[in-house]
Amino acid sequence: MADWRPSAAPARPHRARLNALLREFMAERGLLEVETPVLSRGAPLDPGVESWRAQAPDAAAGYLQTSPEYPMKRLLAAGAGDIYQLARVFRGEEQGPRHNPEFSLLEWYRLGFDDRRLADELVELVQTVAARGPGWFRPRPGVRRVRYADLFLDALGLDPLGCSARECAVVAERAGLSIAGDLDRDGWLDALMALVLAAGFEPDRLILVHDYPESQAVLARSSDEHPGYARRFELYWGGMELANGFHELTDPGVFAARRERDIERRRRNGQQIPEADHLFARAMHAGLPDCAGVALGVDRLLMRLIGAERIDGVIDFPWGRA
Amino acid sequence: MASYSTNEFRSGLKILLDGDPQAIVENEFVKPGKGQAFNRVRVRNLRTGRVLEKTFKSGETVEAADVMDTEMQYLYTDGEFWHFMVPDTFEQYAVGQTALGDAAQWLKDQDFCTVTLWNGEPLTVIPPNFVELKIVQCDPGVRGDTAQGGTKPATLETGAVVKVPLFVEEGETVKVDTRSGEYVSRV
Repeated sequence: MADWRPSAAPARPHRARLNALLREFMAERGLLEVETPVLSRGAPLDPGVESWRAQAPDAAAGYLQTSPEYPMKRLLAAGAGDIYQLARVFRGEEQGPRHNPEFSLLEWYRLGFDDRRLADELVELVQTVAARGPGWFRPRPGVRRVRYADLFLDALGLDPLGCSARECAVVAERAGLSIAGDLDRDGWLDALMALVLAAGFEPDRLILVHDYPESQAVLARSSDEHPGYARRFELYWGGMELANGFHELTDPGVFAARRERDIERRRRNGQQIPEADHLFARAMHAGLPDCAGVALGVDRLLMRLIGAERIDGVIDFPWGRA
Repeated sequence: MASYSTNEFRSGLKILLDGDPQAIVENEFVKPGKGQAFNRVRVRNLRTGRVLEKTFKSGETVEAADVMDTEMQYLYTDGEFWHFMVPDTFEQYAVGQTALGDAAQWLKDQDFCTVTLWNGEPLTVIPPNFVELKIVQCDPGVRGDTAQGGTKPATLETGAVVKVPLFVEEGETVKVDTRSGEYVSRV
């Protein structure tokens, strides 16, 4: 029987303070706080995230959001301007030291920004709240920037676009990582990133990994400068992934092609294919303005700020007690 | 054949890996926000005792190890095998040296042990947590030293050597914790 009591009493006041500081930062920069539905009729098709299904009493199917991205982009397409949201999101059966199926995201969008400029703002936000908080841990000033390709080349001698799954397996084996199960190249790159490279990041530093392979672009636009790559970035604090951002894809044709690719991948993996979000697709056709967006994991940021080792330490009723 | 998916992984689960039965010691879920999920587990080989790390692509299945703990009574040894019996069924099992391991030094006739069977074959033997054994050899204690908490080696009837307090004498029976190999008390 699970414990009825909360698991994160010491973190509680820090969470309240962090939420206030995040809102303060957003307000100082003139972003508008918005609210969008948690429950939606369509779900993202990205094979890397699984939606929770919800069942309405009248038997209509719905999905809990995995991020507020789609409705926020509909707001952007309708002219809402710079917006942010502190949202509860739900993902698959993700549960572990750094995962709870329900968690909090701070997601925001900036008109006219590209990924570089938004990444700067993200770093500034983390540094600012860390400095304003009561005795919180602070990362070293600034950020270490590294291209995804350079990270793999320098540390593992692997070209993320030129390598085969087989070569990845050999490199992984050399790094002491053996994996049971069939992985394609992107699967291997994920394994090397999460289990080898991130583990080597300096613990007190922010690390910005940018220009992800186009095969992992999700909804980032493709890079003109580096063919085969996309304008996607991730922020790490030490070995912990905190945020994911894009210079947003606005081309409806590319969007449609990516969706086909996602469906194809889901089929190949034997994953369910959820109902697509048709209203989002229509908004993409109507025209998303040039913008950049990022989603920051609030629970994980809080873990780092107060030095919590497990996500249970910052969430009062994690899934095991929910 | 029974099998487990990675989402059923938890510590204590017995799985078949590299041909050996292994127990999951620790299971950690690892996943990049937008990517492939993995389960990183530490497993202990139930045959060799070795602990190693293994990573699974989440969603993979792995064969269950048909491993069962059974309470059995120790009967006797013929020098090559140690013979045990399941009290309810009178079924007997002969356990070899390798499977018996360190348990040999604590075995006294009639004592109950936990015998782990894998596919019906004895894999390991865990002696009772506490055993009462007679001292067959130890030096006489020195009078007056009893308060010092000094110890001396004593050889027990099973051949095990444990450290006992100085006041304990040859011929006495002592209680020993088999997990630590330490003297507990006189009986």
